[in-house]
Amino acid sequence: MGKYLVMIYDDEAKWAAADPSVAEQNHKNHLAFAEANGAALRGGGQLDSSTTATSVRADGNGGYVVTDGVFAETKEVLGGYYVIEAADLDEALAIAKQVPSPMGGVEVRPLVNGG
Amino acid sequence: MAEAVAAAHSTEWAAVLAATARVAADLDLAEDCVQDAYAKALVHWRDQGVPRRPGAWLTTVATRRALELRRRADVARRKLPLLMPEDDVQDRTFPDDRLRLVFTCCHPALAQEAQIALTLRLVCGLSSAEIARAFLVKETTMQARITRAKQKISRSGIPYRIPKAPDLPERIDAVLDVVHLVYAAGHTAADGDALTRTDLGRRGLDLARMIRLLLPDSSEAAGLLALLLLTQAREAARVTNGRLVLMEDQDRSLWDRELIDEGLRLVPEALRPAGRFGLMSAIAAVHAEAARWEDTDWSEILGLYDVLLERWPSPVVALNRVVAISYVAGPEAALAQLPDDPALATYPYLASTRGELLWRCGRIQDARAAYEEALAFTSNAVEAEFLQRRITRGA
Repeated sequence: MGKYLVMIYDDEAKWAAADPSVAEQNHKNHLAFAEANGAALRGGGQLDSSTTATSVRADGNGGYVVTDGVFAETKEVLGGYYVIEAADLDEALAIAKQVPSPMGGVEVRPLVNGG
Repeated sequence: MAEAVAAAHSTEWAAVLAATARVAADLDLAEDCVQDAYAKALVHWRDQGVPRRPGAWLTTVATRRALELRRRADVARRKLPLLMPEDDVQDRTFPDDRLRLVFTCCHPALAQEAQIALTLRLVCGLSSAEIARAFLVKETTMQARITRAKQKISRSGIPYRIPKAPDLPERIDAVLDVVHLVYAAGHTAADGDALTRTDLGRRGLDLARMIRLLLPDSSEAAGLLALLLLTQAREAARVTNGRLVLMEDQDRSLWDRELIDEGLRLVPEALRPAGRFGLMSAIAAVHAEAARWEDTDWSEILGLYDVLLERWPSPVVALNRVVAISYVAGPEAALAQLPDDPALATYPYLASTRGELLWRCGRIQDARAAYEEALAFTSNAVEAEFLQRRITRGA
């Protein structure tokens, strides 16, 4: 068994343009997903929009540079995550395929040493 | 003795490694143990004679060593991410460990070039140097590619087992694609002086035979093997004195009847149900059954391409279909249907096909311009020489 982080990447522009009913339905889909995969879920959450993100980088001189915005500028941004426990990558991917992500997709990464 | 060991290397490698990997639970460790077993075989078989079942001998020696090393590693508390072998019920339908190995090497979570490299290394037993030579990359590059892929397998938990039933068709497709690409890379080398790299072609054919054996119920596995057999059968006629010969001009007495018969026997099964490779093998079969170029049943071929294009659309299939159209409805009709796909913008066979069609329409100057264009996009010396001859034809 190992733990995997399932990161949900969304195109925020698409969410902004979508009817509120789409977000409502998506919320219901997540509840259904969580119920169906309760045995494997170890945590998860929805992130606030990328405009609320703050990045912190070491400046190389012992200090830090704090900037407004996400770490890497891409069309899809991290919008939420689940931590799941699975026997292997195939099982993790089978769960990841059920994660509702209508405006993007998900990335699956193992936690080191099984988390 | 060295011959007996070499023979066992080419026939038994995959089975020995696959069985050892299950015990070792680590591909690197398994590989080391199998190498070690082959080294021991050189000495033991010389002193005591070749065992009756060389594969079983090698597997026993390699797995014993793997167990011993694992025990030692456990004592040293070396925490390694392990392969995840699982004895689920489903595996009894697939008793051969080699299938686990193949599915692990061709896992879609690995980049396709990594899948190809791993398959050649772990299933075929080629060295990184040999694989690097076959794909014209530096050995260090190939070594790094294989190391990275093995790390992904162990660290991300790619399982060492047969995929579950719902994933199986898709996973089988991935395996067949890798085998097809290995063969194709050997069949027309993208770069270099010779048209083919015989070794890769042979490995591709060996792999297709093995997959067919391991997945006897897969019509696509039958289709791929049939396709490769029927393609390989024409090999001797395809190049004479270092010159490329089009199928139209090939001496069909040079076609390998044995391979053709073997391929033809598989085609009916490959069409139940008809998948991508099944249809491609059926097309190859129509060519194989024509005693002369003039006897080719082009409307049959066109019908097969129609189905192929409808269900698995690809610009390359569309281009091949146009060639069939040219023999059913004439070169003018075919010219009008040449695919105009940006994906083919630098594909030399698009320009050379246009050249052939224009030539048959009697538009000689336009044909030469098209061949010139094709020449600019080919990096294979034999094909370039062929196009040069086309450009000066009739001049």
